[in-house]
Amino acid sequence: MSLSDFAPALLNVENPVPDGLVDPKGRPAGRRFDVYRNNVVHSLSEALASAYPVIQKLVGEDFFKSMANVFVRQFPPSSPLMFQFANEFPTFLETFPPVRHLPYLPDVARLERARRQCYSAADADPIDGTVLTGATPEQLMSARLSLHPSLRVVVSIYPIFTIWENNNNDIQKPLPTGGQDILISRPLDTVNMQTLPKGGADFLRALYENKTLAEATDIGSETDGFDLTSNISGLLAAQILIKTTM
Amino acid sequence: MTYATQSNIPSLVGVGYKTQHIDDINTNSGTVKWLEIHAENYMADGGPLIKQLRHLRENFPISCHGVGLSIGGELPLDQDHLNRLKKLIDWLQPGLFSEHLAWSTHEGGFLNDLLPLPYNSSTVTRVADHIDQVQNTLGRQMLLENPSTYVAFKSTTMDEIDFLSDIVSRTGCGLLLDVNNVFVSGTNQDYSPEDYIDRFPVEHIGELHLGGHAEDMDDHGETLLIDSHDNPVVDPVWKLFDRLLARSGPKPTLVEWDNDIPDWQILESEASRATDALGRAA
Amino acid sequence: MSNTIVKSLVIASSVAAAVAVNTGTVAAQATDKCFGVALAGANDCAAGPGTTCAGTSAVDYQGNAWSKVPAGSCETTKVPGMDADGSERFGSLEALLRDIPA
Repeated sequence: MSLSDFAPALLNVENPVPDGLVDPKGRPAGRRFDVYRNNVVHSLSEALASAYPVIQKLVGEDFFKSMANVFVRQFPPSSPLMFQFANEFPTFLETFPPVRHLPYLPDVARLERARRQCYSAADADPIDGTVLTGATPEQLMSARLSLHPSLRVVVSIYPIFTIWENNNNDIQKPLPTGGQDILISRPLDTVNMQTLPKGGADFLRALYENKTLAEATDIGSETDGFDLTSNISGLLAAQILIKTTM
Repeated sequence: MTYATQSNIPSLVGVGYKTQHIDDINTNSGTVKWLEIHAENYMADGGPLIKQLRHLRENFPISCHGVGLSIGGELPLDQDHLNRLKKLIDWLQPGLFSEHLAWSTHEGGFLNDLLPLPYNSSTVTRVADHIDQVQNTLGRQMLLENPSTYVAFKSTTMDEIDFLSDIVSRTGCGLLLDVNNVFVSGTNQDYSPEDYIDRFPVEHIGELHLGGHAEDMDDHGETLLIDSHDNPVVDPVWKLFDRLLARSGPKPTLVEWDNDIPDWQILESEASRATDALGRAA
Repeated sequence: MSNTIVKSLVIASSVAAAVAVNTGTVAAQATDKCFGVALAGANDCAAGPGTTCAGTSAVDYQGNAWSKVPAGSCETTKVPGMDADGSERFGSLEALLRDIPA
């Protein structure tokens, strides 16, 4: 037999146990093959749960397990690096009918994915904001701020930060009205999160795309209530500035 | 081309490193002499895990155990993955590098399990070619580990020891003998684990593994052992370990525990039992 | 004053104010080992729990045949302004484009 029969039968239970597999007495392998089916599905389901613990909490362990059974068959890992497994899960949640009444789930999953990506992103040393103080106003206008490679921003029309916090810490803060945009970063060893002020996501995105401080300010200002001081202050507090080019 | 064995891993006991144990390891009482890591967990761009490993390697000899190369697979090895492995090996400079006689990647993706292959003239050639490729890329010798298996293949024409010996003579690789896997596969495949141990080419052993397993049953009510790494090593496996050491003398020995990770003290007591056995064989 | 000059002064004063409240923050952070994230999807070489788990049951999602309902903390998670069935605010895909990295 070729392993080409073996592999698909692992994920598709309707496929028969491949012909060439037997027990030591030469009888059909039967349940012995199921050991491999279980190893694959179980290990991937566990990996999914470890990557998305807050989603598991929100939908409950039983439901999560059943959903994982569907997900891991549709999206088996494309690479052997399990810390990258299940990046498709937020999109899957958008289209999985049994969770359609929980529209905030995909964005909470995006937050969990961002935290995980942030954790394993490249290292860089944050610098102090005082490097900016010697610059002239003109230099600041055209300054480009390089941000930490671990930076992730997730935006949502749902209060996903508070939902995450409540479930991660077993607390019950009242959920605010409206959405929350979140900055996730790991300047040193911890993954930190903070909610962004108005226009903050667009401002950071512009800087991330290497636009000048003046251009980024214009882009941020397209959102009503954008406040430059609190945005720069937040950026410095998050310690995500790694280089300035003036 | 073949590569010389060059290991800084002592013929003493190590454990599989789990991040949960970092504080215990930093205050380790001395029973555990070296650590083994799974290569794939350290292939990120950066982050605290890698930082931790850079720190650990200052204090412990490190052995690197791959779980994702799919050496036994029908597909060519994943060149990207091999390059990531090379990058890790180049900076980590582990005392030993080992992988499994198994496959995990096929068209459609990575299946996250160590899957079995038939043993015959075409698979022995393929596995040898893959090992040549790994050794030539890394510029060093690797060890190949005997697997736990649950099924047999009609297309198998060689027994496992002949297969492994053939691979060694073709590639110059070393062997990692997992004593628990011998017990699990022997039980599942109806051969004598003692005979396997007595026939094993001990001169090529670079490392030994010990671990726990779980018990299940097949369709005919026959015992089926599962390589679950979630339990202490059982007595029959300790006996096999002694039997092997009597032939091989002390070798670097790893205690593995991957599921339901216990407190450090429990791992330490397993390590200490293994240390005693090594001492008796010295 | 020209608009550009005004803007440059606004940026300069914002930077000055922001730096003033953030001096010396670098490296003041505590070290937390982030176990939760560290363990999110690790590779190992152990086998699963044997023949008695979900890997062998038919599980493809088939609409009406699916009897499971979410039953975790979502039952007490009430998002202000959201309909009970959630359909009102479902999917604001344009917002997702602002995620970094996209």
